[in-house]
Amino acid sequence: MNARVVTITSGKGGVGKTTTTANLGMALASLDKHVVCIDTDIGLRNLDVVMGLENRIVYDLVDAIEGRCRLTQAMIRDRRYSNLYLIPAAQTRDKSAISPSDLVRLCNELRKEMDYILIDCPAGIERGFRNALAPSDEVLVVTNPEVSSVRDADRIIGLVEAEEKGPVKLIINRINNGMVKRGDMLSPSDVIELLAIPLIGIVPEDESVLVSTNHGQPVVLNEKSKAGLAFNNIAKRMMGEEVPWIELDDKSGWLARLGKLFAGGG
Amino acid sequence: MASFIERLFGKSTSSAVQAKDRLHLVLVHDRTDLSADDMQSLKDRLIEVISDFVDINPAETEIQIQAEGRQQTLIANIPLRSPRLRHR
Repeated sequence: MNARVVTITSGKGGVGKTTTTANLGMALASLDKHVVCIDTDIGLRNLDVVMGLENRIVYDLVDAIEGRCRLTQAMIRDRRYSNLYLIPAAQTRDKSAISPSDLVRLCNELRKEMDYILIDCPAGIERGFRNALAPSDEVLVVTNPEVSSVRDADRIIGLVEAEEKGPVKLIINRINNGMVKRGDMLSPSDVIELLAIPLIGIVPEDESVLVSTNHGQPVVLNEKSKAGLAFNNIAKRMMGEEVPWIELDDKSGWLARLGKLFAGGG
Repeated sequence: MASFIERLFGKSTSSAVQAKDRLHLVLVHDRTDLSADDMQSLKDRLIEVISDFVDINPAETEIQIQAEGRQQTLIANIPLRSPRLRHR
């Protein structure tokens, strides 16, 4: 195996990076891929609770990097999918506890054993972002259809390009189609036009995301959830499958315009 | 640009259109790191240099940054004065 390292980032906090990481990890695992999710938000550990693995932490990322445990000891194996692992962030340290080269080394060790290494990046553009970007082969930028998160996404895309990392792909999270139809929310095609990077997924606003996270069960496990379906589709696109775009019961025509923007694209 | 046309025909602008227009402007400046003041001094110096070679009207000179995808381009529109006018 030779894992692909995918960094999930956004610049702004609260747009759904951690939820996206947890769900893509779970979705890829359900498609029989060996996946490890790494929480690099040191001091603000969260991926563990979103994945429902918070009670099983013994060692964390910083322990593994500083040699207090073997790497495999810091990997929590999921009970639902035995091919899914989490390396949790340390809670009592800060971002300066690890360096970009530490994470590159750690990922290189994991590459042999895994198909996908998903890195949940902290908010901001400082040290934590540099750490999360260093080992990546591909960057997924998560944004919401609102001004501040689109602006921050643009900044992040610029920084990723300056570091010559990528390819960069866009996930538009929390689209509310009623609001798009009324002209009160940026449409997916507006966001794509502004940010000018390829799209890999559109996730509708969906109450079931919160409900399933409350249970410690990522929403992809809920077959009735539209957001869950959207995350599953992103996972398939990551694997190179061509998945048709969900219409999201909206006939306002953004999909047709999207087709024009990315003629020939998946 | 559709939003601009809509406004031209007096359609009320939706909040999404406003968001898009505002973001357009903000992103151009974020990406180039050029303030309005910088743009003005760039324009002044451009006019100064070009005036050494050809006769131009500073008032008609326009410079702006346009985005094509993620590529930003500096566009200068500098009408030349006709030589006949100059000799008058």
